[in-house]
Amino acid sequence: MEAFKVNVMIFAWSAPAIAVLGLLVALARSVHSPALFPLKVFSAIFTDVFRGVPVILTVYLIGFGIPGLGLPRPWNSPYIWGSVALVLTYSAYVAEIFRSGIESVHKSQRAAALSLGLTEQQAMRDVVLPQAVRNVMPSQMNMLIALQKDVSLLSFIGPVEIFRQAGVFKSLLANFTPYVGAALIFLAITVPATRYADYLMARQNRERQ
Amino acid sequence: MMYKLQLNNVVKTFGENIICDRINISARSGELVCLIGASGAGKSTLLRCINLLETIDDGEIILDGQDIAEPGLDPQPIRAKVGIVFQSFNLFPHMDAISNVMLAPRRVHKKTRAQLLEEITGLFERFGLKDQMYKYPDQLSGGQQQRVAIVRALAMKPEVMLLDEITSALDPQLVGEVLEVLFTLKDEGMTILMATHEMNFAKKAADKICFLKNGQVLEEGTPDWIFGPDAKQETKSFLSSF
Repeated sequence: MEAFKVNVMIFAWSAPAIAVLGLLVALARSVHSPALFPLKVFSAIFTDVFRGVPVILTVYLIGFGIPGLGLPRPWNSPYIWGSVALVLTYSAYVAEIFRSGIESVHKSQRAAALSLGLTEQQAMRDVVLPQAVRNVMPSQMNMLIALQKDVSLLSFIGPVEIFRQAGVFKSLLANFTPYVGAALIFLAITVPATRYADYLMARQNRERQ
Repeated sequence: MMYKLQLNNVVKTFGENIICDRINISARSGELVCLIGASGAGKSTLLRCINLLETIDDGEIILDGQDIAEPGLDPQPIRAKVGIVFQSFNLFPHMDAISNVMLAPRRVHKKTRAQLLEEITGLFERFGLKDQMYKYPDQLSGGQQQRVAIVRALAMKPEVMLLDEITSALDPQLVGEVLEVLFTLKDEGMTILMATHEMNFAKKAADKICFLKNGQVLEEGTPDWIFGPDAKQETKSFLSSF
């Protein structure tokens, strides 16, 4: 169970960081101002790169690569760089979901907000974004569930989280029961979370009828 | 007498298509000008241009003597003076009616909800919507939604109102309640430019009617003239379809 706490901890600090970075990237991709075009290009490249590279490869590259540059303690911790790798990868996916949410809000909503004298930023913040976030909430819940599982990938670069701990016990006991135990612990978290995501989705469908 | 709103040779194109082709229309303060014409004649685009939701390619849009279409002008303060109501209401579905109405005064005029409450409640009362203030758009009928949209535009205290076929999406029995509101506005001296297919309303309430075809004003005149025997043949044949 100690090892599972590591999973939860990594999850707990990665998830908010992913939400914030993902939203920022999505907003950068949705800007209308020509002056901010470079930002739009940068965010497009960001999503292309981090969606294009397998998570495990990003975890290796950043989790081993950056501490390998000879950073002093505590900055060479695989906890930090492993989390950074997850944050970067997941932000790219989350950003795309937010962006699809922003685009799903009919453009007449933005026009109505602007026609009342609101600025572009106010129209985005008060009118478009609240609707967009609501529209994509069930999909984002799924990303959270996936993240919870992918924290295990960090076991390959060092942190003793549950998957790795199960591996240790497997070697000690010479059977696969610890893996089954680890799987059950994951299911105990992800099944309720999945059901909650389904519930959100069903509620949204009902509201749209 | 100076015009409140004057369009001089307004041109708007989308790619190869000329939507507004040197349009000249003027409205004095307190006048109700109706734009009539088939769908695609350029009425909606013209209204969106006046609200600066579209930029025009040539010409002038003069509001109180100032060309508001001049490139580089900040559109926000102008939009606050020129209200627009759309055919499809475009209320914000995630806010109740009163929040829809308060949003722009709060953000643009930097007022608090408490400061606005009395005034906005008064507006809702005036348009028979007091019981609907805290309902969400999907809990309101089409006519109520459109009246909330009108109240929302009025809350910014605009000097000119642009109405884009605001009764077209309504069931026939709901059209009357929205048109009632327009009579009230006109009586209060609001300058209104309105694209409409409600010919009876135009005939009764308009000070001037402009008939648009293919992006041009083909004919303009008083309702008596437009609906009279001396109107152009094309105007007559358009009107005969109603």
